[in-house]
Formats: sequence, C-alpha cells, structure tokens
Amino acid sequence: MSFEINGKAFSQAPRAGQCLRTFLRELGHFGVKKGCDAGDCGACTVLLDGEPVHSCLIPAFRAEGRTVTTIEGLAGASDAHPMQQAFLEAQAFQCGFCTAGMIVTCASLNQAQRTDLGAALKGNICRCTGYRSIEDALLGKTNVEASVEAGAAFGRSLPAPAGPDIVRGMARYTFDTAIDGLLHVKLVRSPHAHARIVAIDKADALNVPGVHAVLTHEDAPSVLMSTARHEMDWMDPEDTRILDDVVRFIGQRVAAIVAESEAAAEEACRRLKVDYEILPALIDPEQAMVPGAPIIHPDRTTANRIADPQRNLAAETHGEFGDVAAALATSAVTYQGTFHSHRVQHAALETHGGLAWRDASGVLNVRTSTQVPFLTRRALADIFELPMDKVRVFCERVGGGFGGKQEMFVEDILALAALRTGRPVKLELTREEQFIATSTRHPMRVHIKAGADTDGKLTALQLDVLSNTGAYGNHAGPVMFHALAESISVYNCPNKRVDGAAVYTNTVPAGAFRGYGLPQALIAVEAAIDELAMQLGISPYEMRRRNIVKPGDAMLSPPPSEFHDVLYGSYGLDQCLDLVERAMQADGPQPALSPEWLIGDGIALTMIDSAPPAGHIADAMIALAEDGGFDLTVGTAEFGNGTSTVHRQIAATTLATTVDRIRLRQSDTAHGGHDTGAYGSAGTFVAGKATHAASMQLATELKAAAANAWLCDVEACVLEDNAVVSGVRRMPFTDLVKLARERGQPFASTGNSEGTPRSVGFNVQGFRVAVNKGTGELRILRSVQAADAGIVANPMQCRGQVEGGVAQALGAALYEEMVIDANGRVTNPKFRDYHLPSFADIPRTEVFFADTSDTIGPLGAKSMSESPYNPVAAALGNAIANATGIRFTAPPFKPDRLFPALLDKFG
Amino acid sequence: MDLNTITAVAHPQTRTQLPVWTAGDAWLAGGTWLFSEPQTHLRRLIDLTDLRWPALTITEGHLSIAATCTIAELDGLAGPPDWLAVPLINQCCRAFLASFKIWKTATIGGNLCMSLPAGPMISLTSALDGVCTIWKAGGGEQTIPVVDFVTGNQRNRLTSGDLLRQIDIPIAALKRRTAFRQISLAPVGRSAALLIGSLDPDGTLTLTVTASTVRPIQLLFRKTPDASALRDAIAQQITDDLYHTDIHGQPLWRQHMTLRLAEEIRRELLGATP
Repeated sequence: MSFEINGKAFSQAPRAGQCLRTFLRELGHFGVKKGCDAGDCGACTVLLDGEPVHSCLIPAFRAEGRTVTTIEGLAGASDAHPMQQAFLEAQAFQCGFCTAGMIVTCASLNQAQRTDLGAALKGNICRCTGYRSIEDALLGKTNVEASVEAGAAFGRSLPAPAGPDIVRGMARYTFDTAIDGLLHVKLVRSPHAHARIVAIDKADALNVPGVHAVLTHEDAPSVLMSTARHEMDWMDPEDTRILDDVVRFIGQRVAAIVAESEAAAEEACRRLKVDYEILPALIDPEQAMVPGAPIIHPDRTTANRIADPQRNLAAETHGEFGDVAAALATSAVTYQGTFHSHRVQHAALETHGGLAWRDASGVLNVRTSTQVPFLTRRALADIFELPMDKVRVFCERVGGGFGGKQEMFVEDILALAALRTGRPVKLELTREEQFIATSTRHPMRVHIKAGADTDGKLTALQLDVLSNTGAYGNHAGPVMFHALAESISVYNCPNKRVDGAAVYTNTVPAGAFRGYGLPQALIAVEAAIDELAMQLGISPYEMRRRNIVKPGDAMLSPPPSEFHDVLYGSYGLDQCLDLVERAMQADGPQPALSPEWLIGDGIALTMIDSAPPAGHIADAMIALAEDGGFDLTVGTAEFGNGTSTVHRQIAATTLATTVDRIRLRQSDTAHGGHDTGAYGSAGTFVAGKATHAASMQLATELKAAAANAWLCDVEACVLEDNAVVSGVRRMPFTDLVKLARERGQPFASTGNSEGTPRSVGFNVQGFRVAVNKGTGELRILRSVQAADAGIVANPMQCRGQVEGGVAQALGAALYEEMVIDANGRVTNPKFRDYHLPSFADIPRTEVFFADTSDTIGPLGAKSMSESPYNPVAAALGNAIANATGIRFTAPPFKPDRLFPALLDKFG
Repeated sequence: MDLNTITAVAHPQTRTQLPVWTAGDAWLAGGTWLFSEPQTHLRRLIDLTDLRWPALTITEGHLSIAATCTIAELDGLAGPPDWLAVPLINQCCRAFLASFKIWKTATIGGNLCMSLPAGPMISLTSALDGVCTIWKAGGGEQTIPVVDFVTGNQRNRLTSGDLLRQIDIPIAALKRRTAFRQISLAPVGRSAALLIGSLDPDGTLTLTVTASTVRPIQLLFRKTPDASALRDAIAQQITDDLYHTDIHGQPLWRQHMTLRLAEEIRRELLGATP
C-alpha cells in the first residue's frame, strides 16, 4: 500500500478496521487530534485530496493512493499558511486542542461559506473561545500586540508563547509523544448502578494474545482516597478505592487490562467474567435521606470525613444570622421559588488520560492531562508508598480543563499498571468514558426565600440546597459551601439562613466544574432579587445597588466562616453595574422581529473570592541565563487559561526586559518546589504572585550586584531595558552573567505565594433576549459582560476568558444536558446528543473591564477565569422572565422546555 | 474511531461478487455512522465503493440516485429550470446535523438505512415520491416507496443481507412547487420537525412530515385544505404515538411545531391567509 501524507510517501498498511485518524497519528502526525472520535467535533480534520474530512470517520484504507494533508503539511514549503498566520494574529485559540482541525477547515472554506460561518463551522467545536476570536481570524483581524518595549509587558495584549506551535499542530499535548514498547490500558466498567463484585474470572481475558495483565481490586492497594485534589486532603471524603469490590455507578471501573494493543485490551475487557450481586440502587437525590433508602457507603464513618454515611449525606451545613422567619413575616415584599440546575459535562476536547513508566533511576513518571500535577504526585506517593522524589507527574500542554482535571481519574491506574508490568503504559479515555465515568457539574435543587422592605433593602435571604454528588464525594463539600457563600455574601442583609446537603446517589460522580457551585445558587438568588425589585417597581440595577456590599461591609454567609482572609483588595462591582447598564441602553442594531417575539432584558451579578480557601501554594524560580535572558520555572499548568503568557509578562515587567527573553518551564514536579494547581482561577492571582515575588527578589539581587561593583548605593540603581542603571552607568544583564561566572554563583531567586490573603472579583452579565411565544425559540439580541479583574494583565486574553466563560455557560443554560435514566445510566454520552455550542449558537459578547487595581494580587491583577461563567444562566433566566412574564426555574432553557408554559399563557 | 474487531474488508466489483452474507458483516458505504460508534459485533466490512455505481443518472422518467451517491454529489445537482423542486436538495442537506465535511463522505443510502427520524435524505426522497430498489439477499430485487421503507426510529424494511441499491425520483415530482420548514432546539441542531409541502399542477397538496414523527408520514389533499382542515387531517393521521421523543425534542413541542410548520407551508404554497 502507498499513502502520500504531506508530500511524503508511506508504505505502512493500516489495520482492516482502522480509521485514518489513528493511522496518521501512528505515523507521527500528532497534529491530528482526537476530540470525540465520532465525527462530531472536527478536531481531527485533514484534507483528503484537498477536501476537508473528519479523519476519524474515514477508513484508513480509503486513503490509499490519495493525498492527505494534515495541519503539519498545510503550509507546504512556506513558513505558515495564511490561515495559520491569521489564527496567530487573532490568537484564535485558548487551549489550542481544536485549533489544528479548525484551521484546516477554515483554510478550505470558499467565499460563500465564509459568509455563512454558522453553517460552515457547525462541524468544529471549540470549547474555550466562544468563537469571536475565530471569526476575527477569518476576518483578518489582528488582536495581538506587536512586541512592546522592555519592562512594559504587563497590561498589554501580548500573544501566547505557544501560539506558533499551536497553529502548526506542533504543540505537544498529553498523547503527542511516541514511546517504545508502550502497552495500552483499557478499563472494564460496571454495567450496574450498585453491585458487589462476587467473583472475577480472569482466565479468558488473560488468554487473549497480547494481554500482559488483568488488574482487579485484588491487585490494587486498598487505601481509601478521593479523586478530588485539594491542597488540604481534609476537604474531601475518603470514600474511593482505585479498584473496589463494590461498584456504585454505571461506568465505575472494575478492572484494568494491560495489553500490547488497544484492540487486545478491548477484547480482553469483553472476555472478563465478572459475577455481580446486584444491590438496590438510589438514583433520585430527593430520596437519598428518606429512611429505608439504599445506603451507598454503609461501611464508612465520619472518620472518613463523610457527614453521615448512614443517611447518604456526604456533607452538610446549617447556619443563620438574625431571624429569617421573623423578617420574612414582616417584609413588605417576599419571594420564594425552587430552582433546579441540571447535570452538565466539562467537555474539554482532550479527554482524560496519560502515560506512565518507570525510568532507569526507578522514578515513576506520569505524563498526564491534569490541572494538578503536584497534588497528583503527592497522592500517588501516598497510595503506592513511594518516596515523593520517586514519583514525577507532569504535563506539557493540556487540552482544556474547566475543573474536570482537578481530579485523579487515570493516574492511579496508570501507576498501578506501570508498576505491575514494568512497562510504559498508556490510558486514553474515550469520549463516552468522559461522560459516564469522570465527573460532571453538581446537579442542585435550590429553594430560596427572600424579602425586602419598601425601600428595596433586603430583609431576609434563605437558601436551602440539595446537591447531588453522585456515587463519590469528590468536591461535594467545597462545592456546596462555595454555592452558599459568595452567592449571598455579596448582599448586605441582616437576616440570612442557609441549609445545605450534598447527598450520594448511584450515579456518575459530580466534581469540580467551572464556577464551583456558584452558578447553580446564583440562578435562584439573582432571580429572587429581580422578583423583589419587580414587586417594588425598582429597576434590577437599582435594586442591586441598594444591597450589594461595598468596601467596609462584612461579606457574610452563615454559618460564620473559619477563614477570615478575604479582603477588599479592590472593588469594582459598582463600576460593573454601571458599565452593563450603559451598554444595555446604548443604541444597537434593531433586528426586524415579528410580534410573536417577546423581548426582555435581564442581568445578574457575581462575586468571587480570588483564590480557594485554606491555602493555595505556588513556588516560582527564576534565574539569569547565559544569554542575559531568564529561565522562569512555575508549577502551574497551561490548559488554555493563558497563564503562560501572563507569567512571562509579570517577570518581564519586573525585570525590565521583554517577554521573548523569559523562557518558561512549567507544570512538572521534577522542577522542584510545589504548586497546588491551576484551579480556583489561581494561575495569575496565586502563582503569578510567586513569579512576581521571585522576579522582585532577583531584581534586588541584580541591583545589589551592580551597586557592589560600582560601589554605589543600591537605592540609586534601577532596572531599565535589560540592564541595571544608575545615573549614567549601565550594566547590561549580559555583563551580570559574566559577573555571576566570576563569582561562581548564578543569579537565581525563588518566590512563593500562600494564596492568602485573598481579594474579591466581580462580574455582571446583561442579556437582551427575544423569545418566540409560538415556538419557544430564543434569540440573544445583546450580551454584555463587565468584569472587575483589577489591572488586566492581558486584555486580549482576559476578554477571551470572559467570552469563553459566557459561551460555556450559554451551552449549559440553553443546550447541554446529561440525561440519566431511572436505572442510573447516562443516555446521551456523545456530542451528537449533547449539544455543545457551535459557532452559530454563540452571540458576540461586549466585554468591559472595571478600572481598579488590586492591592493583593500581582501588579494589581485579580483572577478572571471561572467567574465569567457564573452569572450567565441567572441573567438569561431574568431576561426570559422579563420578556415573557414567566419565571422559568430549570435550565436548559430549550424551546421544548419553554413551550408548554408559553402555550398556557399565550395560547 | 478504530473498529478493532474488523479483520477483513471485501471489495466486490459486481453483484455476483458480493460475498455470502454472514453474521458480523456490514455494508460499508460512506462509513460516517459505522465509524462513529463502537461496532464490536462486526468482523467484516463489505466495501461498496468498487461497485462503481454512477452517483446520479437521469433518464426520461426518473432521477436515479445510487445508494452510494454522497450528500455532496446530490447537493451539486443542477437540474433544468423546470425542476422547481431542486432547491429542496440543498435545504435538506443543510438540515443535517453534520457539516459539509461529512457531506463529502456520507451517502444518501446510508442516511436512509440509518432510518433516524431526523434523516434529511429520508425527508427529501420521501417528499419527492422516491422509490427504493433493494437487492435482496437471496437474489432478485424489490421496490418500496421511501415513505414505506422507513418503518420507525432506526427501523426499516431491509432484512439481513439486503442491500439498498438506489432511489428513483420521478421527474414529475421534481417539477412540483415545494415549500420547506424545519425547526430544531439549536440554530444548527438536529431536526425536531422537518416538513415539506409540494403542489401538483392539478392542485394536489402533499405534505410530508418527518423528524417530528418516528417515520415519514405523508398527507395528501386532493382539494385545497383550509387551516382547520389541515389541522384536523394532521390530528387524525398523526396519532400521539407517532411523535418521536428524545433529547432533541419533547413530543408535545414536536406536535405543535408540526402543526405550525404545516400551516406555514399551506400558506406559502396556496398563497392563503389565516
């Protein structure tokens, strides 16, 4: 057989049922990505005889005698295809995992298709950007700033350092590496929602040629743990085993097969005989605490950090300030309602997975798709009783996270398989496994009661939350506490009460998800604020202005918090409200709509602590390099959040140089130090502070060395344009390199951040919607978000974070929905049936930034990554209520969901 | 995705070379569905490519569409000016959940044989009075109108080893005036209701309802219906159990959208007012 790929001939023969995608990757074309492996996402797009196709759907043998062009070959003999250049200039990517397929597709569009991008790009999913920057690339817009002068990088829209590699398909994600002698892991998963494993017969599975090991609960350490990763282990219950003899949800892993090929491992999975004793299953969270309900973790106790295992209660909280009942009884206006937030999936385009091997020095290496390499290293060392220096966990570039990778879903199995077989192993989850067996957002039922006086001052706020954590309690408590915290602490109100319960069910576990509980609570709180305002005839903006906290006000949510480190490092909520109100009132295009379309506005606000509580640690190291540039080492991971760009900007600004002279190494435990991880929007606020501290320290040392050489006062020295300067004297950094060589000690510094004290950030979202009363269809006529991110480190990237957050939240508010049937089975574990927003689904959002500077964050910056997501569903719900006069309380707000109430009201 | 249980691919060039159908066989046309889901029950693919069926053949009476004709090939068809129904082709192609990239590979036959309620080629060919020709497993041929070929959600009249050969569209159907309406839960989502109306020169109105129903349903009006006659006919002929339900639309909504889109079609084709 003969294949021509990117102009080169290949004579390898594909397997009979092999698709072109894996064939191309086996031949080293790692730019061809797997997002879904089912033809839905477009990440694997290549040109076949010049025409774009999804290579995961093309039988590999059909490429014989034809020409294949992947992203790596798109530019031909030139440096870059014009579309690659356009994506670079517009920075039309964040994590970059979809980018290769997106560019190949965009490069092939004709003029007619370019005028109808919604249709042309419906086969390409980007989970990060919200598509505006992709449209910019197609329009030839430049969003990145050309290089700026030394010392001026911070606050400028500098491009992501990985950009050139990303647009060429050369950026290395988790699986983009070839390892000799690699074995493949496939997992046998439970078909039952709740069952005890009575016996496992490995014989048939072991007889499959190429199978090296079949690992079951008898082969794995029996330690209890949580898949959730937090700096403090006490935040999550110990309720999970690597491989358990009880399965508690459909999809839970039962056994791991290690084999020469995925095909052999799959065959062995099918041949493994597992006898189950079926146990009664609990699917409905409302039934979890009812006496007689099946108990999901009967053998655990509160010592395992489970609130009440015999009542399926993973975590609970209760607290009251003042007297809510009395206040409600005497309030001028009151509102109560029950809101349901559904189950959604992160849908990061790179699935979970990794590779593991033990190297010649005995170190267990784990290359994985994670937001938390250091915490995963710690967990693996604990579980397998290895010294910390004998475990290395690292990632290069990660294809999206959104909280889903603040967990250990594969690394433990990879470690077990590598240690047992002594061979390098790989485990790459399928898209279906992502849906049925990783984690989701916590579905929540939120009951709210609220009251206000005639002046519109809140008198009472009460939240009662039931959170469904699924079969395991990873993140159950922290998500519930977070839902009940900033959602109401942003409002001054003398009487507040919260009751929260996170319960177990025999369903796929919920876990960390962008927003971390706040979006589910906000949809109730922000609705209540609007409903009270409406009763009082006060505008939603004014109602909020009368009640939001301002600097000096205590930010309170009962019960009293044990953490007292949240301060007003800056405050821009008032500006955010003003910015959104002004933008919503500004003239805009008036679409011609029939009278069937009902039009309404809605807003919602959110406050977020700028880092997680109880400590979030980051170390950074920076050293002057031989060429007068700097080597910066940070622990935090890059998965599209843009922190790699920002860390270089912080260091370059502090050290009076340019970003191209800052070489970044990141997210590898082998580099030393510690980093809690890239979650809770900590990449800039916490890790950036460590980089700032290290850079400041190094700046001091460089100045001191120059002062010493010049015999002058160090106070008279400043850093300017890659040099230490004092009056007319100038010592370039390259001279300092010589100085370091002479003294036999390089210039190097470390910096650390403990993540405390914390500040607060704010977002306000506004929507104008049109709802068709005859069809239930919804159009977003205007979308505005104002964000208070302090001094914005990189306006282009921060705008991208806001737009991406709005897009992902619109997905959850309008389309996405994981359906679990009465038996606990996820019925729609594929993108075809789980509609991620595509280009056509997402409006352009006008993004504004408050003018503030934070006293706590690095160089005045605050975090801005997850919070843009938080107010979106709430604002949309308020806009729909304003348009229709109907309060819808359960997203997603799909036409078929809105329709029955519209029919009732309007006929 | 890789179909790891496949051990062989047959490449017949003529009907006589078709291998004897055995358990674990699957026809491979475009492969866009076959390769999109695990198929662990399959062992052999029978590739239809080398049969070299001409994609589109126009005879005096028919437009003949090979089962292996791709969506893109059909979308590229330019008919004579009096084929008033040709715009329907592109409208139905655009109703695919899949993008133009898939159209280059996916086939008309594959869409019919999948027999999903939202299969837009089912909508198109049933509205145009298409007739399927099936090569029976045991030899011989069978013809069935498309509207009868699909019998339910992912159910059709094929039996094991049967092969859909082609769909013949009467030229007369291509000369009718048509009206197209479609709705889904998202702007470019999967069809939840897809209705096509066509008007014969003799005044007969044919309404083809797909996507909202588990199988295509055709309503014939010899005499121009008014709004209430249309509603009554739909209510009578599309009983509640025929409305499809899944993640792409609840049945109550599909039912109301069917009524709504049907009325819009009636007005468009008849120039009628409410």
